[in-house]
Amino acid sequence: MYKKLFVLLLLAVLGWSFFTLLQTHQERQSLNPLSKHYVEKGPDEVGAPNLVTAIVVTYRGFDTLGEVTILFVSAAIVGLFLKTENRRRKYKIRSTSEILHAAQRLLFPVMILFGIYIFMNGHLTPGGGFQGGAVIATAMILVLLTNPESPISHRAFNLLESVSGFSYIIIGVLGVLLAGGFLDNHILPLGKFGNLFSAGAIPLIYSFVGLKVGSELSSIILNLNDVQKDDK
Amino acid sequence: MILIIVSMVLGVVMIAVSLVALHTKKLQAAILAAGVLSLMTSILFLLLAAPDVALTEAAIGSALTTAIFFYVLNKIKNTHV
Amino acid sequence: MNFFSVQGISLTIGFILILIGLWGILTQRNLIRIIIGFTIFNNGVNLIIVALAYMKGRTAPIIDQVVTRTDAVDKVADPIPQALVLTAIVIGVGVTAVMLSYTLRMYRAKHSLEINVFTESKW
Repeated sequence: MYKKLFVLLLLAVLGWSFFTLLQTHQERQSLNPLSKHYVEKGPDEVGAPNLVTAIVVTYRGFDTLGEVTILFVSAAIVGLFLKTENRRRKYKIRSTSEILHAAQRLLFPVMILFGIYIFMNGHLTPGGGFQGGAVIATAMILVLLTNPESPISHRAFNLLESVSGFSYIIIGVLGVLLAGGFLDNHILPLGKFGNLFSAGAIPLIYSFVGLKVGSELSSIILNLNDVQKDDK
Repeated sequence: MILIIVSMVLGVVMIAVSLVALHTKKLQAAILAAGVLSLMTSILFLLLAAPDVALTEAAIGSALTTAIFFYVLNKIKNTHV
Repeated sequence: MNFFSVQGISLTIGFILILIGLWGILTQRNLIRIIIGFTIFNNGVNLIIVALAYMKGRTAPIIDQVVTRTDAVDKVADPIPQALVLTAIVIGVGVTAVMLSYTLRMYRAKHSLEINVFTESKW
């Protein structure tokens, strides 16, 4: 009981400080100098209409590399925690309904196509590698819901993940050799502003990020599904 | 004006749903309430002129997180009986 | 500041969500509910960062027919906090997956989700 009172007191103090922050907050009227540079020079320097993509992939490319690394480490930790000795199942799983099977056959290719569409058009429209990868992982959830015994191999996903991650690094190093710096997108011609094949290497980089994120999230789901199969 | 009314309604729903997520008896209902909270947040991101963030929140925060929660909960229930 | 604007309302909701999430983390006994508290906290922080990037009457940072290259500076919201939140959401799902798999591991050891059971890890 005393503990709850103490927590309430803490929350009251925090809430009061938040309230004073809110009261003194003034809405900004113009962009700060750094954002101004990105918005003014971004279309000419990077060639991508979507400025958020320009920042995520090119200006702050190191951040994205670190983020993909964190996601990889967390997928590896999930695999380590959920490791079980025998992959042999001990009880029978009830088969799912015909409606789910038919819907899965119909929807799976469309979902994969939609994911690829999202990460290919990341420099033109809202979206990009992370969102497209999440859509692909959702398609994998649909497959596993329909048939938890699906023979999806972990090795294929691990291979896809390593190949796309390696290509991402190679493109970054090519940027050092051929253009201004690590992950510079000028290794390919900028092209016509607003076309699908424009903005230099951004569509390529975002496709590799999308494949890597999609295979990492899918491997988390596959590991959880394997635990489901294993012991009761 | 219409934007302010929509965001106020969204805010009331979000706060109610987050309280439900913490205080309902059933864990399934709590997880679903957390997913609904993410979905409402993504609509608010759209009103705040951030479509990229809204798409990410809807795809990752709302769908994938809820799915992972349910996989773990299902595993725990199976072991319990 | 003006509380009756989209930015003011969003900031208020974000701070209330942080308080609710912290309340959940500190008072709940069930491990899964504590993790739900973390996701609520996460949502609140992301909402505050995006709301700070918004300016009244401005639109999304994408160049097209409405927002041309020349007048983009006066028409778009700040893109940098949006890029940061994009990163934070993806890291959030990774951290949640790690917490949940560790919960599963703890459940295997003690066959309970109550945090009071795990007393030997207390110090």
